This record gives sequence, structure tokens and C-alpha cells, in this order.
Amino acid sequence: MIYVALKMLMGDRGKYFGILFGLTIASFLITQQMSIFVGLMTRTYGFITDSGLADVWAMDPKVQFIDDIKPLQDTQLLRVRGVEGVDWAVPLYKGILKARLDNGNFQACNVVGLDDSTLIGGPATMLEGRLEDLRRADAIILDENGANGKLARRGPDGKPIPARVGSTLELNDHRAVVVGICKVSRTFQSQPVVYTTYSRATSFAPMERKLLSFIQVKAKPGITPRQLADRIARTTSLAAYTKAEFEDITINYFMKYTGIPVNFGIAVLLGFLVGTAIAGMTFYNFTLENLRYFAALKAMGATNTTLLSMVVVQALLVGGIGFGLGTGLAAGFGSYFGTRTELAFRLPWQILTGTACAIAVICTFASLLSLWKVVRLEPAVVFKG
Amino acid sequence: MPIATESAVVLQGVTKTYGSGDAKVTALRGVDLEVRAGELLMLVGPSGCGKTTLISVVAGILDQDDGECLVFGEDLNGMRDRDRVRYRGRNIGFVFQSFNLIPTLTAAENVAVPLLILGSPRREAIRTASEALDRVGIGDRGHSLPSELSGGQQQRVAIARSLVHRPRLIVCDEPTSALDHQTGHKVLELLREVALADGRSMIIVTHDARIFSFADRIAKMDDGRIVEIVSPSSLK
Repeated sequence: MIYVALKMLMGDRGKYFGILFGLTIASFLITQQMSIFVGLMTRTYGFITDSGLADVWAMDPKVQFIDDIKPLQDTQLLRVRGVEGVDWAVPLYKGILKARLDNGNFQACNVVGLDDSTLIGGPATMLEGRLEDLRRADAIILDENGANGKLARRGPDGKPIPARVGSTLELNDHRAVVVGICKVSRTFQSQPVVYTTYSRATSFAPMERKLLSFIQVKAKPGITPRQLADRIARTTSLAAYTKAEFEDITINYFMKYTGIPVNFGIAVLLGFLVGTAIAGMTFYNFTLENLRYFAALKAMGATNTTLLSMVVVQALLVGGIGFGLGTGLAAGFGSYFGTRTELAFRLPWQILTGTACAIAVICTFASLLSLWKVVRLEPAVVFKG
Repeated sequence: MPIATESAVVLQGVTKTYGSGDAKVTALRGVDLEVRAGELLMLVGPSGCGKTTLISVVAGILDQDDGECLVFGEDLNGMRDRDRVRYRGRNIGFVFQSFNLIPTLTAAENVAVPLLILGSPRREAIRTASEALDRVGIGDRGHSLPSELSGGQQQRVAIARSLVHRPRLIVCDEPTSALDHQTGHKVLELLREVALADGRSMIIVTHDARIFSFADRIAKMDDGRIVEIVSPSSLK
């Protein structure tokens, strides 16, 4: 009877494609919006993720997220180094400085100053040059997106000429020479990322009494990052978080203080509702139109269980195909636009699971409506002409 | 026309009421009826006299409120729902007024449905269905969709469907109402020839006086009662 159920479903092309369309749209919208949301949220803490070596980040207790810089005194670094269980602790400068472009415009850049001696916290992937080239005079490393985009010069024909090794920039009136191009996560505001040494970064930065943004700390073997963070916080009165905690704090800030989750939540909800409305109602109508055939089947000896399994199989089929098409489209969308534009797109398995659940809910809703009709169906209606 | 004496269906004092209070409608008022094995019995009467209710009770689709309905000696009313549905699937074939062929299935697939319901493998069911279509004279239309068939051909498919699982009783509801006279006549000839061939019993509900001659007996109903059982020749 499963065969009959599938032929009933797929034989009515209009309804079949209508249901599939609804589910595909729902699946696409939910996956796409969730992926963009996750992509955006991932960008908020991308810098923390990229700084892979440190177990613990120490900072001013008032810091709310990675870009909320509340500088520390340099002496705090020594205090942290004195905490038992610290293998090493290095300073990190992070700030926004303006780069002057050829055309006279200014471009805000995310400047990262790495510990001069170890260069800990530097980019993991160098596309051109080497990280240790930062030790050369006025040296900076640019991220690939910044070099190809906002920091690119304009040629005579107006086409962008990407910044490359050897190019020079003016950072806050200081000359800087590009010695490398690296690949890092895009920042939330899509600003170019400029890596240099801590001492050079603080010399580029406007004069302030305190310039140390964060202290990156490595735990000695045998002590967990959480334990070390507790010790640092207790001993120094600084805030200290493990890498994962700092990522969470950052993402929570954006979740709490920006309208992003609400906006995306509404879009996801709309996708869900549109899918439910189109697929649910089409599926329900499909069942209604087939009610007399279900009644005939019932009269001919099909049990309620058989009829229900037919409806469930129909719902599972359209649900599965709609889910596959929708998530496939969303993945294609992300793959295409993610590499060609600034689009933030990240599609982890959790989103696929969430979308599958949402589609299952839509299908369940649609089939429950239909199942109710089928179960209550009085087979005697077949004799009513 | 030979009439066997063994009883296929026995109804005694069957009553059926719909609704309650002011909306109460009594459809059957103590119906007594016997349908013999191998017999073609026609149920005739004005609209609303209870014919459809009666065949629904006989087919185990509706429960009577009172009285006894034995189908091949089995009291369907006393069976559990599931058992009754299975009994119906095995022993009763249906020919509906509006054919009720599933429009997205081919003729052969439609005919195979009762076998599929009974759990036959699909290939085997389709093969048997094709043979049934041969028997009703449209073996070459097995791959056609119902929309590609004429009314008469669709009714032949419906007849093949009612026979394919070799039921012992066939219940037909106005089998000729959607057909012209000539086609209706042919369909009844076919029903008599094919459906009764294996000693099956058949109950046909009809208004169509032109087909009365095909019956072995005609039960006239009025206001929920069998008022008269006559032979077709007595109506001439």
C-alpha cells in the first residue's frame, strides 16, 4: 500500500510540487537565515578562535566582548606571569586605527599587536611572507580580505590592485610596510586586520597611559584552563576566561544587546510559517481531495493503521525531499555568495538537525490534520455518490 | 437462472437509526432478508428508503443498532473493528456508483488494490489484476489511467477490482447510473457472467428499471423496510 500512497502523492503533480515547493522554501529559508545568523555570530568571536595557542584570556573585568577594549597597565602582565600554574603569558594589543589610502580616504583597521619575542596570537595561515617577518622595520601583515578589498589601491583603470608584500600603508601617520598576507576569520564589521608587533602597535596607536588590551595565558600541564582562570581572577583581580568562555561572553553580548537574534529569529519564524502554510495546507487539501479514495480503500478492507501509514509515508517523502532540496539550495547559496561577497554563512550540523526538526514539525502538523480526517472517515461515504 | 439455496446473507430484524432527539432518522426498521449463495439480488426503492444503509450494514461498513446480520454465517457486528475490516477485505467486493478509481493509478494498479490491501506482493498483484482485466474484456487497457478510459471501461475496471481477490459477496451501488443504457446493459451482462460465475452472491442497489431483468430476485424497499420480494418476471 506504500506504493499506492506514493503514486497517489506523486501522480498529482500540481499538489506534489506545491507541497515540495512549500517545504523546500521553508527548509531553505530556515537553513539560510540560521546559517547567516551563525556565520555572523561566529565572526564576532573569530579573532578569539584564530588565536589558538592561549588557554586563558585575562582582561579588565568590565570588558563585555572581544572588541570592547578596556586597556590595562603593562604591569598587569607581570602580575599574571606570577600566578602559579602559568606556563607563559604574553601581551596583546587590539585596537582600531585608521589607515590612510592612496586616494586620501581613511579606512579603519583592526590592528593587532603580538608579543614581540614570541609573536603568539599571530595568524595560523600565511598566504604570502612569514610571520617572523614582522620583526623587520615597520612591518605589518594584512589579512587577505583586507588586502584584496578595502586596502586595495585603485589602478588607472579604476580596477583594484590588491596590497601585496612590499606595499606600504600609513597607519595613524606612521609608515607601515606589508611583509605578509594572511588568512584569518572575517571580522564582524569586515574591517581589514593588520598584524604587527606589540611594541609597534602601541607606537602606531594614539598616546594613552594604558595600551595593553588583553593578556594571553598558557596553562602549565596538569592545570586546566578553568582552574588557571580562577587563580588569575583571584590573584590579580582581572577577569580571566577560558577561550570557550570568552567566545560565549562575546556572542552573548551580541545576542543580548543587538537586534540581530530577533531579526533573524523573525526571518526563521517566517520561513517556518510560510512552509507550514504552503506545505501544510496543500498537503491537507491533497488528503481532503483524496478522502473519497481513502474511504474506498477503507471499505475495501484497508485498516486505519494502513491508511495512517500511507499518509505518514507521503509526509515523510515530501518532508525528506523538501528538506534535501531546501538545505541543498541553502548550502549552494552559502557556497556561492560566501566566497564572492562579504556574506557570513556557516552551516554546522546543528542547523541541519534544527531544520530537519522544523520540517518534521511542519509535516507532522500537516499530516495530523490529514490523519484526523482519515481516522474519522466513515467508509459509508463511498456509497453517497 | 439457477438459484442456490445456501444462505450468503441473513438479516433478521435489523434496525438502524441516525442522529438523536429531533434529528433522529430511522433508516432501517426491522429488515428481514436472505441473500442466497450464487444469487443476484437487486435492492430497489425510492431515494432515502434505506437501500444504501442496508448494503452498508451487510458489507460491515455500518453497525446495525438492533437485529442480526450474518454474512456467510459470521456476525459482523460482533467482530472487533480490525477483524471486521479484514473480513470485509477478504470476502466482500465493491462496485461503487462513481467507480472510485484512484486517478493516479493505472487500471491494472487500481484493480490490484484489494490484493495489495490483503498483503500480496505488488508484482503478483499486478499480474493477477491484469488477468482480471482480461476477464472483463479490457486486458489491453491495463496501463491506462482512469481519465483515459470511457465510463463503461472505468466501470469494467471497477468490476475487475471487485472480483480480483475472489470475494464471496459483491456489493454494487448504482453500477449503471453513470452509464448510458447500452453500456449499462453490457456492464450488467458482464457482472452476471463474470461475478456470479464462481457461485458468488451479489447485491445491487439500483433505481434503473432497465436492468431489473438481470436479477434473480428483487427486494423492494420503502421507509426502511423490505416491502416485497419479487421475481423480475413479475414486474413485466
